[in-house]
Amino acid sequence: MTDPVLSVENLSLRYRVPGGSLQVLRDVSLSVQPGEVLGIAGESGCGKSTLAAAMIDLTGANAERTAGTIRLSGRDILSLGQADRRRMRGRDVAMVFQDPMTAFSPVLTMGSQLVDFQCNLDGVSRREKSDRARAMLARVGLSDPDLAMTRFPHELSGGMRQRAAIAAALLMRPAVLIADEPTTALDVTMEAQIIHLLRELQADYGCAIVIVTHHLGVIAELCDRVAVMYAGQVVEEAPVDALYHDPRHPYTRALLACDPARIEEHTGRLPAIGGRLPDLTAPPPGCAFAPRCPLASDRCRTLPPPRVTIGPGRAALCHEVAP
Amino acid sequence: MLRYAVKRIALAVVILITVMLAMYAMVFLVPGDPASLALGPRATPELKALLRERMGLDEPVLWQVWHFFRSAATGDLGYDVWSKRPVLDQILEFFPNTLILGVAALGWALTLGIALGATAVVWRDTVADRLLGILSVGLISVPAFVVAIYAILIFAVWLRWLPAIGAGNPGDPLSQLRALVLPAFALGVGWVGYLARLVRASLLEVMGENHIRTARAFGLPESRVVLRYGLRVAIIPTIALMAVGLGSILSSAVFVETVFGRPGIGTLITGAVQKRNYPVVMGTVLFMTAFYLFIVTAADLLIARLDPRVRDVLRR
Ligand SMILES: Nc1ncnc2c1ncn2[C@@H]1O[C@H](COP(=O)(O)OP(=O)(O)O)[C@@H](O)[C@H]1O
Ligand code: SF4
Ligand SMILES: [Mg+2]
Repeated sequence: MTDPVLSVENLSLRYRVPGGSLQVLRDVSLSVQPGEVLGIAGESGCGKSTLAAAMIDLTGANAERTAGTIRLSGRDILSLGQADRRRMRGRDVAMVFQDPMTAFSPVLTMGSQLVDFQCNLDGVSRREKSDRARAMLARVGLSDPDLAMTRFPHELSGGMRQRAAIAAALLMRPAVLIADEPTTALDVTMEAQIIHLLRELQADYGCAIVIVTHHLGVIAELCDRVAVMYAGQVVEEAPVDALYHDPRHPYTRALLACDPARIEEHTGRLPAIGGRLPDLTAPPPGCAFAPRCPLASDRCRTLPPPRVTIGPGRAALCHEVAP
Repeated sequence: MLRYAVKRIALAVVILITVMLAMYAMVFLVPGDPASLALGPRATPELKALLRERMGLDEPVLWQVWHFFRSAATGDLGYDVWSKRPVLDQILEFFPNTLILGVAALGWALTLGIALGATAVVWRDTVADRLLGILSVGLISVPAFVVAIYAILIFAVWLRWLPAIGAGNPGDPLSQLRALVLPAFALGVGWVGYLARLVRASLLEVMGENHIRTARAFGLPESRVVLRYGLRVAIIPTIALMAVGLGSILSSAVFVETVFGRPGIGTLITGAVQKRNYPVVMGTVLFMTAFYLFIVTAADLLIARLDPRVRDVLRR
């Protein structure tokens, strides 16, 4: 195997909150090969956005890394100085955020923002940057890029804005594109179009993509590999086909059972996983999923589950999974 | 946008008329005959009657009000009771002095206030931020007249760098500039702290918004993130406040002008009130109110232009 373009090694991170701290990532390890598309799935609140933000070193001011490293193109980004970290953004790694409505400054035109966003591109004039931006807007499917450049963000539709956000992220041909729920704010038709676009762009530019979503259909469409997160941990990691056909971790199974796309008959009711996420200020000593798990036994409640390697590129964090 | 502008201007006119009616009510509700008060106890009845006539007080109240508004609409604000000069001439003579003072005070306060506020945000949660916070609160709490008196003592009396009183010699810009420094300093000081706090708070709020995170995600230097992406949005509420600020600065100018013996609207109106020179009082109040409303309305319209979101809502 080649060297991963992005790797997260044993990352633990917490948020300082009034009256304690939230253990939002616990011993997370993941790696992304060049050109690979990795999906991160899991229900809301399990730490997906935090992990995505950590990959580009953009966690909030109250976030604190307690252990682990993040390597980008082989460099340990957290050991770099502020200026060097800043220099990697946009070129080595770029991000598309969830909400296209608020992702751009409301008082600057799209054009001037897209030019600004190329600040890590050296030796290129503003004019050239503007040309590059225009070309990229055309590439992501905006019908009138010249007009779009002069518009303010709110003058574009949600779908167009998300396309523009993707264009922005690709402007400097990053090695890794991180997309945090890029389609959640959009309607279904738009979602399909954006996913289609991402697949096309990935084929064209060959960048690796990390896509966070709670929509398993999106993952099936787009990803090579999936990491399923629960309560700040990666509980199962597998190639996408293997995960769909043979989910091993009880949480993955529950999640797949809930996915509306997989429900054949329209009963009009979506199944949901019973129970709630554990309190992350005091994670349980055993398996975090035990209170909601149909297979939970006594050792699940007291002993942390082992990471069981199931096959090539497959692992699960569970007492009951056999290798 | 046009409909909005028309609405705002109509509102300004209504406020203006209300203020003037309130002024009239005050003149008539204050006990005592203005003419006898102005002339003192030994005035003859004939003299009092003459003065009342000049003040326009001999007519029925409603007629006076109507008369005042009708001539004001044509730009005629009446005549000075004592000098018989047109009131508008006097206002136009003194107003530029006051306006220059107000704009200078606000200008330096705004520049420094924004700079300090933005600095505090760039260095947020450091010692520098906390020191700026203490400085700002300190500046807000010091009354302008105290600053004025100390400024005169230090820079005019002890150091003799700057003149203590007056507005400089006509036709000598350098002397006018030198005469402007201390009053503008005294008048602006309180606003520096206030603006620094306001800009800091407004900027901090903006810095939590998603578009700031986007700018950072592309590696823009923090100073550029704060100044271009943050301040551009954070400055909008400051502009609205500045319009109100200019109004309030022009009214504090009254006593700063008095302390510095600087000719201006402040000295004009205090003199007129002391001498019960009603046409001058009325005319000046009308003029200043109209000016203030003009500024506030213009600021609202400017904001509507500056913030594309507001502009769009209004266009619908
Ligand atoms: N800046 C923050 N400060 C404190 N808690 C946070 C912060 N950001 C997220 N959280 C909390 O951390 C948990 C994980 O959040 P997040 O990473 O956004 O999860 P997801 O994207 O999977 O929904 C949630 O409980 C959320 O409330
Ligand atoms: S470790 Fe136990 S409780 Fe946790 S998922 Fe596996 S079986 Fe369920
Ligand atoms: Mg999220």
